[in-house]
Amino acid sequence: MSLLRAEALSKEFGGVLAVQALQFEIPAQGVYSIIGPNGAGKTTLLNLLTGLYRPSAGHIWFDGRELTGRAPHHYAAAGVGRTFQNLQIFFNMSALENVMVGRYLHERCSLAAALLRFPSLARAERACRAEALELLEFVGLGKYARAASDGMPYGALKRLEIARALAARPKLLLLDEPAAGLNPTETQEIVRLIQRLAARGVAVVLVEHNMKLVMGVSDRVLVLDYGRKLAEGSAESVRRDPKVIEAYLGREAQAHA
Amino acid sequence: MSPQLLQYLLSGLTAGSIYALVALGFSIIYNSSNVINFAQGEFVMIGGMATVSLIKVGLPLPLAAALAIAATTLVGLALEKFAVERVRGESVVTLIIITIGASILLRGLASLVWDKNLHPLPAFSGDRPIAIGGATIVPQSLWVIGVTLAAVAALRWFFNSTLHGKAMLATSHNRLAAQLMGISVRRVLLVSFGLSAALGALAGILIAPITFTAWDVGVMLGLKGFAAAILGGLGSGPGAVLGGLALGLLEALSAGYVSSAYKDVIAFGIMLAVLILMPGGLVGHRSVERV
Amino acid sequence: MRAGLLTARGGGMLALAAVIALLPLALANNYFYDVAILVGLNAIVCIGLNLLIGYAGQISLGHAGFFGLGAYGSAILTARFGWPPLAALAAATTGVALLAWLVGRPILRLRGHYLAMATLGMGVIISIVLSNEDELTGGPDGMSVPPLSLFGHALSGEKAWYWLVGALLLLAVWLSLNLIESPGGRALRALHGSETAAEVVGIDSVRQKVMVFVLSAVFAALAGGLTAHYSGFITPGRASFLHSIELVTMVVFGGMASTFGAVVGAAVLTMLPQLLAVLKDYEMVVFGAVMMLTLIFLPKGFVPTLAARFAPRERK
Repeated sequence: MSLLRAEALSKEFGGVLAVQALQFEIPAQGVYSIIGPNGAGKTTLLNLLTGLYRPSAGHIWFDGRELTGRAPHHYAAAGVGRTFQNLQIFFNMSALENVMVGRYLHERCSLAAALLRFPSLARAERACRAEALELLEFVGLGKYARAASDGMPYGALKRLEIARALAARPKLLLLDEPAAGLNPTETQEIVRLIQRLAARGVAVVLVEHNMKLVMGVSDRVLVLDYGRKLAEGSAESVRRDPKVIEAYLGREAQAHA
Repeated sequence: MSPQLLQYLLSGLTAGSIYALVALGFSIIYNSSNVINFAQGEFVMIGGMATVSLIKVGLPLPLAAALAIAATTLVGLALEKFAVERVRGESVVTLIIITIGASILLRGLASLVWDKNLHPLPAFSGDRPIAIGGATIVPQSLWVIGVTLAAVAALRWFFNSTLHGKAMLATSHNRLAAQLMGISVRRVLLVSFGLSAALGALAGILIAPITFTAWDVGVMLGLKGFAAAILGGLGSGPGAVLGGLALGLLEALSAGYVSSAYKDVIAFGIMLAVLILMPGGLVGHRSVERV
Repeated sequence: MRAGLLTARGGGMLALAAVIALLPLALANNYFYDVAILVGLNAIVCIGLNLLIGYAGQISLGHAGFFGLGAYGSAILTARFGWPPLAALAAATTGVALLAWLVGRPILRLRGHYLAMATLGMGVIISIVLSNEDELTGGPDGMSVPPLSLFGHALSGEKAWYWLVGALLLLAVWLSLNLIESPGGRALRALHGSETAAEVVGIDSVRQKVMVFVLSAVFAALAGGLTAHYSGFITPGRASFLHSIELVTMVVFGGMASTFGAVVGAAVLTMLPQLLAVLKDYEMVVFGAVMMLTLIFLPKGFVPTLAARFAPRERK
C-alpha cells in the first residue's frame, strides 16, 4: 500500500555518488522523515523525487506509475508537491498569487478562454482566489492575503511555500527543512501544521535536522549517511539503532572533542 | 590535395584566425563578467579605421597600428567603466541590451568621425601572391595566421604563468573566492575589457589589408566571432581558438563547394545547431544548477 | 498591486481608446498619420514581444525575422500568386506561427545568453534568406506589395489605415491584458519568478515559453504583413538584426512587464527618428545613447518607473 517506491536509486555528479542504491517505500498516510548529517544526500533525494534531477540509476514509482526520468511537471501532475530549503518564492507576485499559482494543475484553461476572457474563466478565478485564501488561513497566514511577497518575514515565507504546495492538492508533500532558521515558537507552529496536514490525509515527507521535531512527529524515519541508507523504520526503532547512534553520536563526540 | 581544396583551406584559416581573435575577446570578457559583449565587433572596426586615419596623417604603419590598438583599448575600458559597471547586478536582458546599445552608439560615432566608405590598409609586407602547392596566398594571410598564433601563445603565457593572468582565471572560476584572496574583481573586469578591445583591434588591423575596413565591418565580424565562441564553448580560451578556426574552415569549404551566397548562413546555422544539440560547445561543459 | 492593475486595465484601455479616437484632431497632414500608423504597427509587435520578454522573462533578438516573414509571406502570396490579401495575411501569419512553434521547442530549452544568441541566429538566417532568394523576394532591393483589400475594396489612404491599425492595437492590448490576468499569465509570471518552483507546481515551462513565443511571433507577423500592404513596399532590412534590436529596445524602454509600457516605448522610439530626421546622421548615435541611458537610469523602464513614483504602494 505504498504511495512512493524507490528502487536502487542513485545519482552521480561527475564521479561523486550523492545518492547510492537507495531502496525504500513511503506509505500513503502519515509522516515519513528523512534524516542524516549534512551532505548525506537528503536534498538530492528530494530533487530526485520531484523530477528536478534525473536518476543515474534506479526507478521511482508513484501511485503505481513509473515516473523515473520524467520532467518535474509530470511528478507534480501525479501528485507530488514540495517546498524548498532555499526559498523559491515568486517574489514578483503577491502572497495570494503565489498560492493561486499552486492551483495551476487544477485550473486548466485553454488559450482561447484566456485570451478572450470567457465568463467561465471569471468564475474559475473567483473559486481559485477563494481556495487560495482558505489555504493561507490554514497555514496561519490569513493576514498576509493582500501582501506583496517580498515584504514578508522569513518564517511567513516558509509557510507560504507550504500553502502554495498544498494548492496543488498533492497526495505526497515533501517538506525540505521547513523549520530551518525558525525560533522555537515558530518551530512549534510548523509541528502543529504538519500534524494538521497529516490529519487532512496528505502523506508528508519531512527532511529535517531538528531531531526533537523529527522524533516527535514522525511515523517512519529513513536515515541516510553519505548517500546510502543507514536505517529505516519507526521513529523509536531508528532512535535505538546502534548504527544510527554511531553515525550521529560518533560524529558529535568527534565534534565536541 | 587538390589545389582548390588547399585554396579553400588557406582562406579558411585566414578568416578563422580573425574569428579566433574575436572569439577570444568574447571569452575573456564572458569569463570575468558573465557578459556577452556585443560591442566586440566594434573594437575590430575601430582598430582598422583608426589605423587608416593615422596613416593618412602620415604616421608609419607600425606606429599607427600601435596607437590604434591603444585607442581601442581605451574605448574598451570606457565601455566597462561607464556602462557595464553600472548595470552589473541586472538581468541578462539588461546586460545584453546595454552592450548592444554601446555597439550601435560606437557605430554611429564611427560614421560621423569617419565616413561610410570602404578603406584599404596597406599590406604589411607587400601584395605579391605566394604560390603554395598550386594555391596562391597573399603575404598578409601569413601575417594574419602568424600574428594570431603569436597572440594566442602570448595569452596562454599570460594566463598560465603571470600573477595577473592567474588572478583573472581565478576570478572566472570563483568570483567570491577570488575576492577573498584579495583580487580586485573590478580591476579584473577592466583588464578583461581592455584586453579584449586590444585583441579586437589587432584583428581589425590584420584583416583590413585583405577585406578593407569600413564603419560597419564590426557587425558581421562580431556576430561570427560570437558564433565561433559558442562553437568552441563559451568561456573557454582554447575553445575560442578552436571554434574560430573551425568556423573559418567550414565557411570557406561550404562557400567553395556549396554556395557562396549563403556563406554567412553557415556560421549562424552552425551556431544554432551547437546551441540546440551541444550548448557546451566543442570544449565546454554544462553547469548544474543547484537547488 | 493587483487591485491597482484592475483599475489600470480599465482606465488604461479607456485612455488609449480616447487617444486613438481624438488624435486625428491633432494630426495636421498625411505625414503625421503615417507616423501614427507606424507607431501603432510597432506597438502591436511590442505588445507581443513584451509578453515574452517582460512577463515570461525570456528574450528574443530575432523577432524582426517573424515580422519580415509575415511581411514577405503576405507580399509574395498576393504579388506573385494572386491571392486575395486577407487570405494571404492569414496564411502568412499561420505559417510564421508554425515556424515559431517548430523553432521554439528546441530553442526555448536554452536560457539567458544562449537563448538570446539562438534567437539572434534564427533572425539573421531569416534575413539572409529573404535577401538572397531574389526570384521570390526581389532580393536586397525589396519588392512592391499590392494594397490590402477588404471584400473587393482596396484599403488606401492614411485615414482608413489609421482606424484599422487603431482598432487592431486596442484588440492587441485587450488580448494581452486578458492573457496576463489569466491562470496562464500567472504561470508565465511564475516562470519568471522561479522556473524551478513553477515546474514543481506543475507548470510545463518549455510548453509555456513556446506558447508565448508563438503568440508573440503571430503579433509580429501580422504587424509585418499589414506594414507590407500599407507601405506598398517591403525590403529585407525589415527582418534585420538592427530591427530586432529596435523592437527589443522599445519594450525595454517602455517597461518590461507592462502592456501599456510596450505601447509607450513603441511610440517614443518610433517618433524619435522622425524627430531626428533633421539630424539624420546622428540617428544611430542617439538611438544607442537612448538604449544605454535608459538601462542605466531607468532599469525598470519608463512606464513602471513612473507608475512606482505615482501609484500608492499596497502594504500589509
